[in-house]
Amino acid sequence: MTQLAGEQPDRPVGRIRFMNAQRVNLDGFAIEDPGLGLVALASPGDPTPSLVITDGRVTELDGVAEADFDAIDAYIARHGLDLAVAPAAMALSDLAFARLLAHPDVPRAEVVTLVAGATPAKLARVLALLRPPELIAAMAKLRARRTPSNQAHVTNRLDDPLLLAADSATAAAFGFREIETTVPVLADAPSNAVACLIGAAVGAQGVLIQCSVEEALELELGMRGLTSYAETISLYGTEQVFTDGDDTPWSKAFLTSAYASRGMKMRVSSGAGAEVLMAGAEGKSMLYLESRCVALARAIGAQGVQNGGIDGASVAASVPGGLRELMAENVMVMARNLESCSGNDALMSESDMRRTSRTLPIVLAGSDFMFSGFGSIQRYDNMFGPSNFNAEDIDDFLAMQRDWGVDGGLRTVPADQIAALRRDAAQACRAVYRHLGLADFSDEHVERAVDAAGSKDLGETDTLAVVGAAQAIREGGITVVDVVAALDEAGYEAEADRIMAMTRARLAGDYLQTSAIFDERLGVLSLVTDPNDYAGPGTGYEPSAERQREINAIRQARGVDDLRAEQARFAAPLLAVSGPAAAGQDPREVVIGVSPAVGRDVWRCLSGLTVPQVLAELLAGLEEEGCTGRVVRFGDTVDLGRIGLAAARLAGSGIGIGLQGKGTALIHRRDLAPLANLELYSVAPTVTPELYRLLGANAARHAKGATPDPARNPYSDEAIEARYHTTVIALMALERAWVRPDAGPEELSMEGLR
Amino acid sequence: MSDQRIVALSGRPVEDLTVQAVRDGEVSLPDLRIHPAALEHQAEVAERHANPQLAENLRRAAELTVLGDAEVLAIYDALRPGRSTPAQLTRLAESLAGRGLPRCAALVAEAAQVYARRGLSA
Repeated sequence: MTQLAGEQPDRPVGRIRFMNAQRVNLDGFAIEDPGLGLVALASPGDPTPSLVITDGRVTELDGVAEADFDAIDAYIARHGLDLAVAPAAMALSDLAFARLLAHPDVPRAEVVTLVAGATPAKLARVLALLRPPELIAAMAKLRARRTPSNQAHVTNRLDDPLLLAADSATAAAFGFREIETTVPVLADAPSNAVACLIGAAVGAQGVLIQCSVEEALELELGMRGLTSYAETISLYGTEQVFTDGDDTPWSKAFLTSAYASRGMKMRVSSGAGAEVLMAGAEGKSMLYLESRCVALARAIGAQGVQNGGIDGASVAASVPGGLRELMAENVMVMARNLESCSGNDALMSESDMRRTSRTLPIVLAGSDFMFSGFGSIQRYDNMFGPSNFNAEDIDDFLAMQRDWGVDGGLRTVPADQIAALRRDAAQACRAVYRHLGLADFSDEHVERAVDAAGSKDLGETDTLAVVGAAQAIREGGITVVDVVAALDEAGYEAEADRIMAMTRARLAGDYLQTSAIFDERLGVLSLVTDPNDYAGPGTGYEPSAERQREINAIRQARGVDDLRAEQARFAAPLLAVSGPAAAGQDPREVVIGVSPAVGRDVWRCLSGLTVPQVLAELLAGLEEEGCTGRVVRFGDTVDLGRIGLAAARLAGSGIGIGLQGKGTALIHRRDLAPLANLELYSVAPTVTPELYRLLGANAARHAKGATPDPARNPYSDEAIEARYHTTVIALMALERAWVRPDAGPEELSMEGLR
Repeated sequence: MSDQRIVALSGRPVEDLTVQAVRDGEVSLPDLRIHPAALEHQAEVAERHANPQLAENLRRAAELTVLGDAEVLAIYDALRPGRSTPAQLTRLAESLAGRGLPRCAALVAEAAQVYARRGLSA
């Protein structure tokens, strides 16, 4: 006997047990605790905004006197604020300021100028006032680059170079303009950089490459031209955590210049939750601490910021208003006139709905980079940890772009093109490794890398060979010149050319400007060359007609012609017209009426059964109950009720079965109204042969004057309509095309149906 | 900066940096390094686009083009917390100033002051 909840006080009722079992309840939710920094937008511990300027020098910042400035205050006070506009910015009420950010009529330039004079506490308070639709409006207006874009993670558990190359080519083909790799084994880093460089060059022109590792090594790879940008230069919102991270604002400022001195693009990384995780939030809100980071990023001269939680995204997501805070971080970066690489790169929930809810507003608004790493590889291969969206979600993302008509930076690539690019990339990578004496990979390894959906498909690989190759790259001083030479020698001239062209383009330095990416013709799109001019409807970025077609043309889309061709594959030499249909006299005769395109353009039902198979089952059901059937096609209507009723009126028994080519079926009687019926299978995709047979048998029972237990639609909790409605529309169009108002009923041959 | 002739740090015009040149063994890393003039140009652009801090960074970068990789990394390390005494940082700043890197020198000198006050020195 089932134990009832009432008899066991600790056990929740079934409804609650059911809810508890949903995936969202695997997530951790924290009670707000300002003491621990577990508070999103505002904490009692946040300072009141203040700015005192004495003789052109900041002598008080957000309640702290100059003598007490910590390192972060000191750097921001000295370098981060435009003191000419600061008095006006600080005098403006928080609300008036917030309205400037959100209102489309206020130009971006005006906001950016004013924000340059706002202290961290001031800007945090202003951003905290923006509600979700206002955050979206502010992001659409304030992002620096007009054209939105996207970044991919490309990594795998084995650091397998051939797979990295194939996956980089794939990511580049999908449209990602930056590829970020990292390593499970630090020593492998140089090999990963080379493999991704080659693969991306195969996939598309102008893709920037990053190898996220320890800072000195990362800089070294950049100095050798193997990578072209960096973004994991971390900033923190408190001095203690900053110092624990083994840096200071001055060391980071210097590092920022060091990257630029080698012609490398870089952005810094910050985001909510980092200080909380280190138990170093000092009672401040996440948004305020991040505001310090963003102000510092601007002060040290970084062109952009990766934030929106990043590693701490799930910390922010655990508190009330957390997702709002994450988006506010991105908008704050844009308001400081910097490039935003907008997070979404850490799986922040076990729930598909929550992780979509986290990302969607940013996709709708558009960002310089919507993800600071969309996992272009499978979750298990993401060595940053799973991203919020991964290879599992690429088709979802492409559909989302299409659904909303927005440009998320990705596009559909035909399957044969993906195959060809992956092969080229794996082979080119093998050729370079062989030519440079780094490693030798087998044909089978290439084949596996081409076909692999992830590193688990590679089988056993020689991971020591990767370590060896990486060591040879590092110690042998391999540079981009060596890679180009090797590609060229191995016959990959186009790829060699692409890398050299990008190397030349980088020397101009245009891509060091805010929000810069290369387009596929190596044009630079940035704050300077492609400034965002959004000012409400009809302004700002709009996909070109060509780009919109690309967004719309997902590979799953089908039209009537596709369906006609598919139906034609099931055409059979059956159901020929044997003559005009007349009324029958036999009281045991049931007429099966079919729709106009049956036996012409429509041959297969939504269930996958062919129309002849369905007719055979219906006829068999009739015969089981001692009745006979014949098949009549009605050419004057597509309406199943009218077809069924017309069939009933021809039948000697007065009972008819109506069958549309898509498989919907009903039993009708000659004296009923067209829209009435005796039994109906409305969910055509789920009807089985047994159920059609039952419908035939029940029609016979009605013919004999009995009252059978009605056949019922099989139950389904799947999105049947989502799956079949487009096919239904096309099938009905095929049916409609055969309608002739004056068409009389036609008797169809039953030859071959039994 | 299409209106200007772009050269690499080595002085070679970028148009020369082709696969053919690589094939001929005529390209080395200094040919792929950015020239300080390009950085200075970008600094001017950044200034015109409401970001004087980015401009300053690019000008510091222009100065750093004259230093070798190892020295750049060594200076970075010296600026990390607890690595240098204030006197060491001050000497580093003087050395940079003396070698024509005044902006980098100023950054290091400022660090020396703040580190001493905030306990970030060795």
